[in-house]
Amino acid sequence: MSGFLNSSIGRKVAMALSAFFLMFFLLQHFAINILSVFSPELFNEVSHFMGTNPLIQFALQPVLIFGVVFHFVMGFVLEIRNRKANGVKYAQNNGAANSTWMSRNMIWSGVAILAFIILHFIDFWFPEINTKFVNGDWSGTMEGVEGYRYYEELVHKFASPIRVGAYVIAFVFLALHLLHGFTSAFQSMGGTAGRKKTLQTIGKAYSIIIPLGFIFIALYHFFNH
Amino acid sequence: MDNMNLTLKIWRQKDQSSKGQMVDYKVTDISEHMSFLEMMDVLNEQLVNSGEEPVAFDHDCREGICGMCSLYINGEAHGPDRGITTCQLHMRMFNDGDTITIEPWRAAAFPVIKDLVVDRMAFERIQQAGGYISVNTSGNTQDANSLPISKIAADEAMDAAACIGCGACVASCKNSSAMLFVGAKVSQYALLPQGQVEATERVKNMVAQMDLEGFGNCTNTGACEVECPKGISLDNIARMNREFMKANVKG
Ligand code: HEM
Ligand code: SF4
Ligand code: FES
Repeated sequence: MSGFLNSSIGRKVAMALSAFFLMFFLLQHFAINILSVFSPELFNEVSHFMGTNPLIQFALQPVLIFGVVFHFVMGFVLEIRNRKANGVKYAQNNGAANSTWMSRNMIWSGVAILAFIILHFIDFWFPEINTKFVNGDWSGTMEGVEGYRYYEELVHKFASPIRVGAYVIAFVFLALHLLHGFTSAFQSMGGTAGRKKTLQTIGKAYSIIIPLGFIFIALYHFFNH
Repeated sequence: MDNMNLTLKIWRQKDQSSKGQMVDYKVTDISEHMSFLEMMDVLNEQLVNSGEEPVAFDHDCREGICGMCSLYINGEAHGPDRGITTCQLHMRMFNDGDTITIEPWRAAAFPVIKDLVVDRMAFERIQQAGGYISVNTSGNTQDANSLPISKIAADEAMDAAACIGCGACVASCKNSSAMLFVGAKVSQYALLPQGQVEATERVKNMVAQMDLEGFGNCTNTGACEVECPKGISLDNIARMNREFMKANVKG
């Protein structure tokens, strides 16, 4: 296995597997977040379940963190190796003649997403960990709020125009990342389906609708405040 | 159309260890019917007549089958046209007064030997690592039709075998990945019964050699497929990836 991961194709396959996992997670994350628009109660219920269920907290969450870290570390490793393989730069290179901007700038859209993930952790994940593991408060409630606290916290975060702006920009980069990444991952796994019309359409739909949906949620809470 | 006067910006480099630079030249009275290499011949004749060192560039068949001619022209491998090598590129693709930038293939695994000539022996070594089948050719050749092969497999194998090893895929790739070339060479055998016997070792050894030579990792930009003079499909890279995974599962 270590031999496999030390080969160019092995790294690509691992990259694609982590990407598939992240794309699945993103879908799940979106499904929960969109509830906050339709039903604060349901959003609270599901958030409490996700935040306190031991299987999710102690089994799936570490897998997710590993998946994210693996994906961006491998992304950087591949980028560094590819730059080394590239050698001297062309004086004139017309990349636009044969490939999309998205495909040539995965590392930059990736870096933008990484910056977002760090912000996102500071916004939501660290406070959660602090409440639950440092203060030992697993009740999901907070003073001055009836029922669970999650919806209230979410709305509070999206009151800041700077934060909402940063989220919007990050999701544009995520869309760009996915517009190439979605079908690319199929090709990396040895499938040619990503080059057929059906999956290209599904990929485009996913890459645009999901990030746009997240943008909608952030703006909804901002203007609804 | 009247004949063209052109400015050429060409990479000049004395030898592998020297530092190179872009140098400007003027050529006049170039016919639109000339091939790009004939235009280069005109330039070189001019240089020789004035006692200067001619520009070194690779070429051999000059009819698009040997894969020797290279050249990165105006930011694209084999220039602006599609499905052709540089020897098949016509000067009618350019206009009077144009400035044309001409560079060698760029990849760490393709070092410049002189001017526009690069060392593509890395491809040769990848081929030697497994791009063959071991058969006895000592006179007892069996009838070709004794092995049934589907028309689809035969066609796809033939398409893959069209690769002329020119290296335009590597030159166009932002990662200098050789996966289109290696994918074609692996596929050509993977699709045919004769290739099955050594299939596991072949893909493992060729990919190992490809990595050893310092080619990059494919990120599926698809630039190679667009610039390939022989229309080698990205499907061949996917097939190589499948073959490689299969080979690694087998051990
Ligand atoms: C954390 C920051 C991230 C960084 C630095 C990053 C970086 C990269 C890079 C450099 C690639 C190209 C690698 C290659 O093709 O060899 C890539 C591919 C990909 N990424 Fe990301 N990425 C990040 C986050 C994400 C997220 C959150 C998702 C999905 C929700 C995602 C989905 C994909 C997909 C689908 C691919 C294509 C995989 C393939 O071609 O095999 N990435 N990423
Ligand atoms: S795959 Fe195409 S571009 Fe690459 S070496 Fe073969 S013929 Fe040339
Ligand atoms: S010189 Fe042979 S392909 Fe161009």
